[in-house]
Amino acid sequence: MRPFTVHTGTAAPLRRSNVDTDQIIPVRFLTRSTIAGYGENLFNDWRDDPDFVLNDPRHSAATILVAGTDFGTGSSRESAVWALTGWGFRAVIAPRYGDIFRGNAIENGLLPVIAPQACVEALWDLVDAQPDTPVTVDLEQCEVRAQGIHQPFEVDPDDRTRLLQGLDNIALTLAHAADITAYEQRRRPALPTTRRPGEGAVR
Amino acid sequence: MGKTLATKVWESHVVRAAQGEPDLLYIDLHMLHELNTPVAFDQLRASGRTVRRPDLTLGTEDHNTPTQDIRKRIEDHAARHQVDLMRANCAEFGIEHYRLGEDQQGIVHIIGPELGLAQPGMTIVCCDSHTTTQGAFGALAFGIGTSQVEHVLATQTLPLHPLKNMRVHVDGVLPAGVSAKDLILALISRIGTAGGQGHIIEYTGPAIEALSMEARMTVCNMTVEAGSRAGMIAPDETTFDYLRGRPHAPTGADWDTEVAYWRTLRSDPDALFDKEVRFDGSALTPFVSWGTNPAQSTGLDGTVPDPDCFATEEERVAARRALAYMDLTPGTALRDIPVDAVFIGSCTNSRIEDLRAAAEVLRGRRVKDGVEAVLVPGSETVRNQAIEEGLDRVFEEAGMQLRHAGCSMCAAVNEDRLRAGQRAASTNNRNYEGRQGKGSRTHIVSPAVAAATAVAGRLAAPADLEG
Repeated sequence: MRPFTVHTGTAAPLRRSNVDTDQIIPVRFLTRSTIAGYGENLFNDWRDDPDFVLNDPRHSAATILVAGTDFGTGSSRESAVWALTGWGFRAVIAPRYGDIFRGNAIENGLLPVIAPQACVEALWDLVDAQPDTPVTVDLEQCEVRAQGIHQPFEVDPDDRTRLLQGLDNIALTLAHAADITAYEQRRRPALPTTRRPGEGAVR
Repeated sequence: MGKTLATKVWESHVVRAAQGEPDLLYIDLHMLHELNTPVAFDQLRASGRTVRRPDLTLGTEDHNTPTQDIRKRIEDHAARHQVDLMRANCAEFGIEHYRLGEDQQGIVHIIGPELGLAQPGMTIVCCDSHTTTQGAFGALAFGIGTSQVEHVLATQTLPLHPLKNMRVHVDGVLPAGVSAKDLILALISRIGTAGGQGHIIEYTGPAIEALSMEARMTVCNMTVEAGSRAGMIAPDETTFDYLRGRPHAPTGADWDTEVAYWRTLRSDPDALFDKEVRFDGSALTPFVSWGTNPAQSTGLDGTVPDPDCFATEEERVAARRALAYMDLTPGTALRDIPVDAVFIGSCTNSRIEDLRAAAEVLRGRRVKDGVEAVLVPGSETVRNQAIEEGLDRVFEEAGMQLRHAGCSMCAAVNEDRLRAGQRAASTNNRNYEGRQGKGSRTHIVSPAVAAATAVAGRLAAPADLEG
């Protein structure tokens, strides 16, 4: 996982709620088989609109996306996160997120900051008026800072530790391999396996 | 204090719990499809790891597979590559895999239950948000991202923070002509797309208990559309009857042992829920979506809403945007909305009961000229069953195409998609902008409403066709 500590950059105001993952990366671009390249198609269909915020050159280098509530609802596609990171985003600020999206973001070092609607609106107004305003997302202090804005945020302590240190989640789990084996020995024996009925071995 | 069904299943899967850390949960069944998994296998190989329990892992192909000529080479190079990767990855790691053209192949959430792999009390995950479907069996089933797929492949576990409990209690009996799809759309329109967020929803009450297994799957399938990670229904005789005799169901003495255990999988009478919603199922009517998320739905008897009627500015803005995208005018009767296409399929509504419901409406009728009507069963097993029952002839005579199994026009990642500006009545779970193809407009409906709409050429309920 890419570590996240303190990031300062400019922010893009995405004044929309319920931004589902189909909008972040439309499904027809999901046939890529690697993480690279999804950034090209971030918000692909919305970018047809010349007024869409990411088409505005003043926001094209933004690394923080400020969005309305329920950002990233819908599909489990992690490519929605890869599209955001591929474009260059390091953090999203929104009042609420789709559950699966938030988990996927953390796995990729993209920080999903939960901020109240009032803070989101203040940031929208601020970066609309002054697009080059620096915005800082500080995971060490758990605070968003920008001109006149000091917004503390909450993050799960375990997620925070993993993000700050960029820890490999699988390695952390594998340290408990003995517990996994012990659990496997006490599972109910009648639980199904996926082997084809009547065929014991792998085909 | 008593425990909820979800808590019981959760606690029975805790491999390790530690203060300040998420619980490590064991995963009983991990299902894979071609679309969201190639990167997980690449990362697994790159870190020198392997699949811990290939015998608890199952692969299939569903999202970008063709539904018409399935013997033909997949034309889209990237899609074909993903299918090839799926096959190669499953072969390399010894994972059982149901491929295009096989009798058991189909949408991942259709074939799991059909094979008897989804059983009460299990933990089931898949790289697809509609894994919630399999909660209909009293399993804890939820969608995961690609990083988590890699985690489950490597460890057969997932670190997870406990979720809250929510109960949706539905009293009464669904009236004739009202289906599980209408029930879940009505619920989502009421609680919103985030209404279940952070919670596992348990569905209870007489209206739920009276549902068939297939109808229960429809309800649980769209639980994610209410923002919830998982939906569950306590197993009962309906569940056991469905499972008995399925290829992976327990047999002999194991069956009795398992059923005795499954009977304990109920929320205790004194279990506390963090959130509760109750409504009367007998007051429901057919539902249809008018906007661009599933919560933007209303009764088919209604009209396109006026955005100004919504309580918050945020809802008003969203409604205006949705109506602009959908090209709808406030006040229009929903029954006056004409469609270009009808799609019956998706992991929500592609089971045999859905096909029967459509056939019942279509029998002796014709799809209206100019309407493209496509029916895509959830699995080849469903397709074969429909043919055995003679439903294929009903569809053919009505002018509705019966295709091969897959996600098809619900995901629109294969060649089945709408053109920009086309409007469809679909049994989809999602009506997002561009969901069925760039610029497409989707009205979510039940199979019966979809079939009636195909005949009428505009949004309609079966009762509208009579007389």
